[in-house]
Amino acid sequence: MSLAFQASQALPRGTDYLRILPELVLSIFGMIIMVLDPVVDQRRNQKALGTLALIGSLAAIASTLWQARAPGLAFWNMVQVDTFSVFFHFLITTITAVVILTSYEYMEVQQIRVGEYYALILFGAVGMCLMSSAVELVLIFIALEISSISTYILAGFRRRAAISSEASIKYFLLGSFATAFFLYGVALMFGATGSTSIPTIEQHLRSGSIPVLAYVAIALMFVGLGFKVAAAPFHVWTPDVYEGAPAPIVGFMSTAPKAAVFAVLLRIMFQIHAPGRLGLIWVAAALSMTLGNIGALVQQNVKRLLAYSSIAHAGYLLVAFAALPQNGIPSAMFYTASYAAMNIGAFAVVSHFGGAGERYVTLEDYSGLGRRSPVLAAALTLFLLSLIGIPITAGFFAKFYVFSAALQANLVGLVIIGVINSAVAAYYYLRVIVVVYMHDPRDESVLPAVPLELGAALAITALTTIYLGLLPGRVLDYASRSAGDLLH
Amino acid sequence: MLHLVLFLIFGAICVAGAVNLLVQRHPINSALSLVAVMASLAVEYLLLGAEFVAAVQVIVYAGAIMVLFVFVIMLLNAGEEARTGGSRVAILFGIPGMLAGSLLVAWVLITHSGTQEVSAGALPGPPREIANLLFHDFLLPFEVTSVLVLIAIMGAVVLAARPESIEQQKREG
Amino acid sequence: MPDNYFARYLPILIHFSLAALLATAIVLLSWIIGYRRPTRAKLSPYECGMTPVGDARQRFSVKFYLVAMLFILFDVEAVFLYPWAVILRDLKMFGFWEMLVYIGIVLVGFFYIWKKGVLDWGGASTGRGEV
Repeated sequence: MSLAFQASQALPRGTDYLRILPELVLSIFGMIIMVLDPVVDQRRNQKALGTLALIGSLAAIASTLWQARAPGLAFWNMVQVDTFSVFFHFLITTITAVVILTSYEYMEVQQIRVGEYYALILFGAVGMCLMSSAVELVLIFIALEISSISTYILAGFRRRAAISSEASIKYFLLGSFATAFFLYGVALMFGATGSTSIPTIEQHLRSGSIPVLAYVAIALMFVGLGFKVAAAPFHVWTPDVYEGAPAPIVGFMSTAPKAAVFAVLLRIMFQIHAPGRLGLIWVAAALSMTLGNIGALVQQNVKRLLAYSSIAHAGYLLVAFAALPQNGIPSAMFYTASYAAMNIGAFAVVSHFGGAGERYVTLEDYSGLGRRSPVLAAALTLFLLSLIGIPITAGFFAKFYVFSAALQANLVGLVIIGVINSAVAAYYYLRVIVVVYMHDPRDESVLPAVPLELGAALAITALTTIYLGLLPGRVLDYASRSAGDLLH
Repeated sequence: MLHLVLFLIFGAICVAGAVNLLVQRHPINSALSLVAVMASLAVEYLLLGAEFVAAVQVIVYAGAIMVLFVFVIMLLNAGEEARTGGSRVAILFGIPGMLAGSLLVAWVLITHSGTQEVSAGALPGPPREIANLLFHDFLLPFEVTSVLVLIAIMGAVVLAARPESIEQQKREG
Repeated sequence: MPDNYFARYLPILIHFSLAALLATAIVLLSWIIGYRRPTRAKLSPYECGMTPVGDARQRFSVKFYLVAMLFILFDVEAVFLYPWAVILRDLKMFGFWEMLVYIGIVLVGFFYIWKKGVLDWGGASTGRGEV
């Protein structure tokens, strides 16, 4: 580490700013909304603030595509723009846009104040985007804090429901504890290698023997990040938080922060060539798949069911981390994208169907949905089939790539556990579909029509789910190229 | 030598304060033990050559954060806590797990502290060196913390607000 | 670390020792020399001539908490100003701008809490006071 301060080369150049442009755009829009929130009349401008947030996230998508043409390091090796970071930037900003679309109606029905809600989503996205492009553990930590703290607050936005405050405080307490683990890992890694910059750490670990301290550091960082992606045995918070948090936010926090954390994990595990990763990941993946699916079997609340399902999916995804880098990385990236599409879609349905105060969230409430609203039921069925992993949906190829990557690394045991779990999982997803189509409706009242914005969100997620299920090639190619970039 | 002796003394105070924080039944006593923890940590930082961090530790943690804690204790009108038996999971897994973890880290540090590790005092500590890092190499993380501050401000305001006053009562029906 | 590292902190150590000594001395001396003839009136808590009633610990308004919380946030911001001020000359104009951006972003937060009425302690809130 050079401590010498060279004033001559001090100024960042234009490309430096281009390489953090999506983050800049998101922050600026977040701040505009924050300033407007107390100034304008919330009741009349509910939609306007949401639209502003939507424009912000669309601008962030555009700037992501723009910055893709200028790969490289920025701000003195803090941030690296390459195909890998662009992939995750695109994914996270798109998730943000779709979640904002699903929130319009929800905010109206639940009568939640909107300004801070949209601002927090945008600020959270800033942190998540930075996590995917940062190559410096200190910056990753700050970005992780931004993303986590905004989701803690968002989880408590149903201020009238005690369960939501409970979700927020539980998530906050356990989450800060987990972040502390990550930070301790970073500190020990610094102690072991003398640097917090990922490329420097990699060089240091490659040359010469690996200090034992590095193993401890990797394990501690894995604990912290494993919590954030709800991997077992750090998953206990998930069902309570997902049950209490507003449904669109659950769609958001089960996909965007997870994608960002998986990006960080990919960097730490593969770019650093994390020593001793295999054992850690093997245990966490097997436990997550098994505990998630067993937990989901007995759930009566759809949100809790999807929470356990997200634990299981984190497990499937972790399988890819145990595989060899050249096919582990692309399959993990593909899985993240597919899971985002189907899970946001499922929670969009849940948020619309829930009604005021999220009254209708149990499995019984869903009986006869097929007759009451064929469109919603069809969309939900598509997402659930994709979560099972039925062919022509995204979930099929996602699981296929992960398991074949694991087989190429001779992880037969893990693949067997994964396949058995997928079969078990089919049971509880199909149970929902059976209730939706086969049971008589308990309540014949007419459901509110699906508004335009929610319809758009459902269309985007459904089309993505089918597109990835039919033509996975382009996305997978791009992911493979990213893997090449990540490994040089 | 003086270094090591001071380090051990303040390390012991720090750990004792942390344990006392957990066993005390009255929140104010816990808060005051936390002050002891923070202050002895500041001395430890000083011993490691991190002068700026030590000063910040006193200003922010021992000063500001403790004010917040005391406010919260008053706000909640928290009295003496009831003793519970403690959670069984904590006794069976938590305490042994924590002990095993810290013993492992201690063992690694003692047996494997070879030449590779960074020695104390070799790192930037005085404000000038910290500033050179903070406003040049780590400029981006520094600027990004301002977003963190914004989120914290919004979180405080949102979560402290009363829900009735936000939402339109008339639509309730 | 320079050789005279600890020597540089000697004045602070002396300062702390003197403070501790003085505090202990005052308490100890008044305890040793002082006359103690307690009466009921003398032992009662001093409350500006009023008879103390009820528990002294009452629930505080959430505003106290908010102000304490916001104080910390701006305190953290102020802490960054110290190292910045030390090397401002070396940083030249760019250093000025980078701090200006930082303070500008935090000021957005200040504007927000101001308009939100968090700092408004009057009875009837004038802004869109929602807290």
